[in-house]
Amino acid sequence: MYINGMASIAAQTEEDLFAGDLKSFQQNIFPATIVNYKEYIKPMMLRRMSKAIKMGLVAAKQALNEAGVEVPDSIIVGTGEGCKQDTEKFLENILDENESFLTPTAFIQSTHNTVGGQIALDLKCTGYNMTYTQNSVSFESALIDAKLQFAEDPDTRCILVGGVDELAKTSTPFYNLDGQLKAGEINTTQILQSESGGTITSEGAAFFLLSEIRTQDSFAEISDCMIYREISEEKLQEEISWFLKKNDLKPEDLDAVILGNNGDKRFDHYYHQLQDTIFKNTLQLGYKNWVGDYNTVTAYACWLGAEILKRNEIPQQLKLNNLDVKQPKSILIYNQYLGKNHSLTLLRSL
Amino acid sequence: MSRSVAVTGMGIFSAIGKDLEENHSSLIHGKHGLSTPEILETIHQKLPIGEIKATNTNLAKSLNLDESHAFTRAALLGTIALKEAVKNAKIKDFTNIGFVNGTSVGGMDMTERFYREYENDETNRRFIQAQHPGFTTEQIAGYFGINNYVTTISTACSSAANAIMMGARLIKSGRLDRVVVGGTDCLSRFTLNGFNSLMIYSEDFPKPFDAERKGLNLGEAAAYLVLESAELAENKEILAYVSGYGNANDAFHQTASSENGEGAYLAMQKALKTAKLNPHQIDYINAHGTATQNNDLSESRALIRTFKEMPAFSSTKSFTGHTLAAAGGIEAVFSLLAIKHQQIYPNLNFESVINETKLEPATELKSAKIDHVLSNSFGFGGNCTSLIFSKNG
Repeated sequence: MYINGMASIAAQTEEDLFAGDLKSFQQNIFPATIVNYKEYIKPMMLRRMSKAIKMGLVAAKQALNEAGVEVPDSIIVGTGEGCKQDTEKFLENILDENESFLTPTAFIQSTHNTVGGQIALDLKCTGYNMTYTQNSVSFESALIDAKLQFAEDPDTRCILVGGVDELAKTSTPFYNLDGQLKAGEINTTQILQSESGGTITSEGAAFFLLSEIRTQDSFAEISDCMIYREISEEKLQEEISWFLKKNDLKPEDLDAVILGNNGDKRFDHYYHQLQDTIFKNTLQLGYKNWVGDYNTVTAYACWLGAEILKRNEIPQQLKLNNLDVKQPKSILIYNQYLGKNHSLTLLRSL
Repeated sequence: MSRSVAVTGMGIFSAIGKDLEENHSSLIHGKHGLSTPEILETIHQKLPIGEIKATNTNLAKSLNLDESHAFTRAALLGTIALKEAVKNAKIKDFTNIGFVNGTSVGGMDMTERFYREYENDETNRRFIQAQHPGFTTEQIAGYFGINNYVTTISTACSSAANAIMMGARLIKSGRLDRVVVGGTDCLSRFTLNGFNSLMIYSEDFPKPFDAERKGLNLGEAAAYLVLESAELAENKEILAYVSGYGNANDAFHQTASSENGEGAYLAMQKALKTAKLNPHQIDYINAHGTATQNNDLSESRALIRTFKEMPAFSSTKSFTGHTLAAAGGIEAVFSLLAIKHQQIYPNLNFESVINETKLEPATELKSAKIDHVLSNSFGFGGNCTSLIFSKNG
């Protein structure tokens, strides 16, 4: 599948990323950067929209613009936690008002498929429309669906695929209570060396306009994607080798790996063992210490990898080891969250 | 590339029965499962719901879960239904099996129960992640040790139908040889109050496709199918084949369906196309038929646009209530039962036709030759999905 357009909204801007000017944070929860949503969405509509809808819709429109496509054939969205803001708004109303005097606005925008539905509505796109919500493999499930669709339907020319997740004022801080987030003083620049459990979180959206046939706008390729609900460290190495082999590659052929290290001592060993073995001589990049960890942060990783291939440029602040690459051609993204829902995604330059 | 997709097992748990046999018996005896709430704690004590009369404690006991388990109600119902499906398909080894689960409510039952407790009480913090659909899928997959391709589809009321479609596509493409598909959703105050605040919740039993319909009634259920490539299923009893599927978006409104049912029409057209069938070859339609003013009129118009001559049709939501994400799963099971027993199941509570469309659903159990069944599931966000099940591959 070829990428013809893409856009990302996250806690860091594209400019800062490639200027080596990434920001650090002192909190374990930090928001996405401010975007001028008004450029893309009418003020009347904007007022009713939660952050996930805004970020998703704008990233989708930017990706379509870049590819010069008005309406895609299909829309496939991954979101681990969907529209949490509207969900907690309606839920708090139920609890506060004891199930009385409720208005439905927040309820109708609370389902996990709201972003996918709103994009279809905005674009008047009656094509295939799907939403995956499997924790940290939500975005990858969407990619696999797109890949299947191109293979089975010759009429499908282009598919909009994206990942989106938002913060919410009560439900996100709950992650302080169940060990998902780091306790104590936080300095995001230090978290990958952390000796404690938990991570930092944020929000974002990244969307891609994909085509099966290479066009003049294509700038990178998503070659393959796999997901695993559970996998042992030993089996993981085998699977990576098998996955690469099926794409005519060996681990040493990769120019870079984008790893999901998030500073959670309990689970980062999945990455460390790969860093010390099969990827020892490969450029290793980490990004979650800059943009936080959330269910669809791998959509950001995918955007990052494609941007690297497009620019032939490595953002130096992301380097986890001291290797260098001049002309990156193939990049593997590996991710897991809390030791579950692992994914492998292979990107290639054109 | 094009491999047939065989259904080799199914399992169901709904308000009209804890397994296939009980569900079938209720369908043929016209016995619905709507009642007032007994398990769900709500102030709406008079609203009819399709409630499964078993507490979480008893459901967990029947699965031998220890007390520290983190199963949501949807996970409990789902595990029980999935157990029946895999038993039915004689599956003992879960190494190379995929799982595509449809759920929309997910673990909202736990979130709404503990939301105000989490801060000061440690006891139930293992349910903090339960709010999101993937958590419920995880519990079910973990119970059986399904470890590879596991994902969740959450497209509101078309979730399970989309899961069945995705499973069929995974097999057709050769990506998987065997996959469990379907969905689960439980009742919650969140959804009950949501639909009630939309003023589309019926205070009486639902009357799908009736001129005097007053809205929907929610239900809870879980149902799963085991899909296998025809080669793998060679020596097994094959219940039917997933022959067609279509997914489209109405692109009209976040919750309401368009006047002419464009999304529904497109989904049915695509399903007929993938099944390589003409409309007249469909013998029975298990309609979406929620009994809201909007859906039933819009769906009727889409049906009229698709079928010059209407096949027999009914909405079995008059038995079970609208089970949201699970609806496409339980209605797939009812469609397969229709093929297995060569029967058309009635649409309960129907009295008079909708004036604009004049479609008359089947109101009594009927024997009929049934080779192909079409099942519709539509949801919030304009998500529309149609599936076709066929007796022969």
